[in-house]
Amino acid sequence: MDATRRGFLKTAVTVASAAAAHDLAHAQELAHDHIHQAVPSDPTLRVKALESLLVEKGLVDRAALDTLIDTYEHKVGPRNGARVVARAWVDPAYKQRLLTNADAAIAELGYGGQQGEHMVVVENTPKVHNLVVCTLCSCYPWPVLGLPPVWYKSAPYRSRSVIDPRGVLREFGLELPEEVEVRVWDSTAELRYLVLPERPPNTESLTEDTLAALIARDAMIGVAKVRFPQGDTA
Amino acid sequence: MNGIHDMGGMQDMGPIQHEKNEPVFHARWEARWFALRQAMGAWRKWNIDASRYQGSMIPPVEYLRLSYYERSMAATVELLIKSRLVTRVEIDSGKRALGSAKAIPVPTNNSV
Repeated sequence: MDATRRGFLKTAVTVASAAAAHDLAHAQELAHDHIHQAVPSDPTLRVKALESLLVEKGLVDRAALDTLIDTYEHKVGPRNGARVVARAWVDPAYKQRLLTNADAAIAELGYGGQQGEHMVVVENTPKVHNLVVCTLCSCYPWPVLGLPPVWYKSAPYRSRSVIDPRGVLREFGLELPEEVEVRVWDSTAELRYLVLPERPPNTESLTEDTLAALIARDAMIGVAKVRFPQGDTA
Repeated sequence: MNGIHDMGGMQDMGPIQHEKNEPVFHARWEARWFALRQAMGAWRKWNIDASRYQGSMIPPVEYLRLSYYERSMAATVELLIKSRLVTRVEIDSGKRALGSAKAIPVPTNNSV
């Protein structure tokens, strides 16, 4: 949720509470029983306090935290998925392995692990367009795409992708012809999806590395297509 | 469970906020919290289902108001307490209970 929407919701809650302060106090009491300290007043301070406590208790090691952050900021991300897709575009045998046993094919390139243990790759064609969502939470194939963007975890995307996928795609600037079938894949805690986008036309002479550089995250979630910049000669 | 987290098909949640060149984390606390959550997960006191269930227990109004990492923090703190890795008194005070045993961190799995 972005700042504007959160701001809006906060305002809405404030207005509601002014109108029914007593009810809200009661609701908060229930909420307090339901889940203690659901509202961190200042996340920065709260995380600092939690980190100090967990380090003091010997439950975490600060150096390990730094390594985790570095891994997901710099090492694991959509570049990995782009390598998988580019390989599938240039190597038909690899593509076949990827579509039949994604885990093994992805592991061939050295990727795998947490939040990507059971992968399914779905192929876009001129007749079929695939879109991935996690309506219940935020499930996403970490080893090939890294951590999900905020919009992927947001209420608008999670709620609407399954009832109005074409509308969602239009919001991303992708208008699909009526005759193209749209398939929406709802991720689960175990099963994670990667879209194999269509290879753009006029890219026959491009190397695998050049192709990989064209492939952006959104195309592998299914909210965009891979475009070859117009005017360039392949 | 048919709670607020089960969002598929709900209407009127507004436009999707697509951010160009989005950073992995939007604030340092998000990064620190993400790493803390992963490191605590390495204790294997709960699995992904328990973690998601705990997230779905956040009351609906709060669920909609909080960001992803704020929800994650609220839910994981409950799991820390339930699994007896920390006590609520320690969470509230920010201090290790006097005389409590000090653990040795478990290795985190970074082989992704």
